[in-house]
Amino acid sequence: MPGGNGAPVAELRDVTRVYHMGAAEVRALDGFSFTFRQGEYWSIMGTSGSGKSTLLNILGCIDRPSSGSYELCGHEIGELADDELSELRCRYLGFIFQSFNLIPQLTVLENIMLPLFYQDEPPAEGRERAETLAARLGLGERLRHRPMELSGGQQQRVAIARSLVNDPAMILADEATGNLDSKTAEEILDLLDELHGEGKTILFVTHEAIVGRRAQRILRLADGRIAGVEEGMKDGR
Amino acid sequence: MKSGALLRTVRLGVSSLLLHKLRSLLTTLGVLFGVSSVIAMLAIGEGASAEAQEQIRQLGSQNVILRSVKPPDDLVSSQQSRISSYGLTEGDLERVRGTFPWVRRVVPVRQLQQEVRFEERVLSPRVLATVPSYLDVTGRVLFEGRFLSEQDERETANVCVLGYEVARHLFPLRSPIGQRVKIGSDYFTVVGTIVPRVPLGSDAPAPGSEVTGEVLIPLSTGWRWFGKLQVKIRSGSRDMEEVALHEIIAEVDRPEHVEAAAAAAREMLTRSHKKRDYEVVVPLELLLRAQETKRIFNIVLGSIAGISLLVGGIGIMNVMLATVTERTREIGIRRALGAKRRHIVVQFLVETVVLSVGGGLVGILLGLAIPLAVEHWAEMRTIVTPTAPMLAFGISAGIGVLFGLYPAWRAANMDPVEALRHE
Ligand SMILES: Nc1ncnc2c1ncn2[C@@H]1O[C@H](COP(=O)(O)OP(=O)(O)O)[C@@H](O)[C@H]1O
Ligand SMILES: [Mg+2]
Repeated sequence: MPGGNGAPVAELRDVTRVYHMGAAEVRALDGFSFTFRQGEYWSIMGTSGSGKSTLLNILGCIDRPSSGSYELCGHEIGELADDELSELRCRYLGFIFQSFNLIPQLTVLENIMLPLFYQDEPPAEGRERAETLAARLGLGERLRHRPMELSGGQQQRVAIARSLVNDPAMILADEATGNLDSKTAEEILDLLDELHGEGKTILFVTHEAIVGRRAQRILRLADGRIAGVEEGMKDGR
Repeated sequence: MKSGALLRTVRLGVSSLLLHKLRSLLTTLGVLFGVSSVIAMLAIGEGASAEAQEQIRQLGSQNVILRSVKPPDDLVSSQQSRISSYGLTEGDLERVRGTFPWVRRVVPVRQLQQEVRFEERVLSPRVLATVPSYLDVTGRVLFEGRFLSEQDERETANVCVLGYEVARHLFPLRSPIGQRVKIGSDYFTVVGTIVPRVPLGSDAPAPGSEVTGEVLIPLSTGWRWFGKLQVKIRSGSRDMEEVALHEIIAEVDRPEHVEAAAAAAREMLTRSHKKRDYEVVVPLELLLRAQETKRIFNIVLGSIAGISLLVGGIGIMNVMLATVTERTREIGIRRALGAKRRHIVVQFLVETVVLSVGGGLVGILLGLAIPLAVEHWAEMRTIVTPTAPMLAFGISAGIGVLFGLYPAWRAANMDPVEALRHE
């Protein structure tokens, strides 16, 4: 296995996720075992229906494995209550979605600060941190705007700022460039490179080969199993 | 959640509601009208009942009133004799005076059918022959001059006290004190006038007179000049009536004794009268009955109000369920970002409470305005008790919580993955 020197962030052992469709059974994940480590930048690739989103949902603690175990930053999530899962998402995870998923009635700043709102003890300097992030992502002038007033690229930047505001252990992105034109997608990918350079752990789900190659490493999925692990362009450049 | 967080949640709720202004407005209407009608109806009911109770209280809540009533079967005897003789007697008066427990003062009243004239003005008020304690016992208030005195009674003086309306009618431009009016065929000197009371249902104007009012003369004088027989002209024929006393008002020492005194009076009259030519009126009983009526009225009102508020609440719940469905995606996002179930519950609950309390507050204002309008246009008395708006406010907040719980619970129990996939 390449790398393998950072501390484990997410450890999956023999994870299976079964969906029941009437009598039929769909194994979206089938005996999946893998460890994602601190500072790694993975793209998760595979055809449609190969189980990428299912994997990401489980990693994101918004779904649970049907069997197997998942440990996030030392917390075995199998036994945790719903509230405790929320707690873990607040503390350790950042989400970036394909369709941005900003909340329309909130301003840019409020959207960025939203994860802090749900923390049991919101950091006192949360607002400052959000403003700093916004400024860094070129949104400094837009703090009072509503998401609808921004371009797609800007909206995704807001979402990235939001995913960073709680200083997460792992950033999960599902087709984060899927709704953007290629130039804007490029900008977002540059941004992710930059974050990786700063030591962030990033898991990036995509079905586009050019996008996938931008990551440090590529994890290929097929039928809910690992089909291969490759080096990305990034280290080989 | 800390107070700052709650404040933010409220602000957020308001801004979510403002995204759909018309819908939010329409949603609140149910609670708005429910609350305003509760307050308005309570105010009107309270006013009407206060008026009724005041009228009864004027009769004296510590009094037991014995009255002569023409018995229904008296028609036959009057056809034969043309003189009907019925009612309370002096014997009754003596018995009330002498043997009744707890009775403090006893006031006999005779009512005379006489015209009252001054110069060319004529009236047919109720001419009451009674004793000086009448004023006190019935709680009437002197307006001008003095009331009948013991001395008038002893001397069978030709003096009278005019009711305010009678005085105004006979002496529109000057004070009646010291003037001489003609009652029947004799002249009486006016010594005082009394303040009118709130008109009672039983105070129909005397025949031939549009004025409700009375003239009071000493009892002894009444006996001396007007005897026992009274002539009544009814549908062309002359009827003679022989009634000794029209009313005996017995004032009881304490309210607790009113009931026992009334029972004793009824028993005494049953024994001494063969015909049912009397009635016993107990203002306190009327008062209790009026209060009972009011209680029933309040129950009916409460049910109507409850139903209308229920309908309002269901309306809010309906809209909130739609809102929850519409905002499924938002719920998914919030859950993914770390919102616990209770955060979602609070968020939607706050929105429902804001809606219902907003509607409730406007409803209170409207509910306070309606009684004012009713007082102005319908000239009815209304009373807004301070508890009514407070109650209405509490109820509308309660409705928000009650009918918000289910939609909020639905929102909180959505599966985050499903919710995020929702279009
Ligand atoms: N909620 C669901 N109910 C039933 N089947 C599902 C559900 N979600 C995913 N699946 C199935 O699981 C498999 C993996 O889906 P998914 O993880 O969304 O794939 P990908 O994101 O790689 O396209 C697919 O066959 C899909 O049909
Ligand atoms: Mg997918």
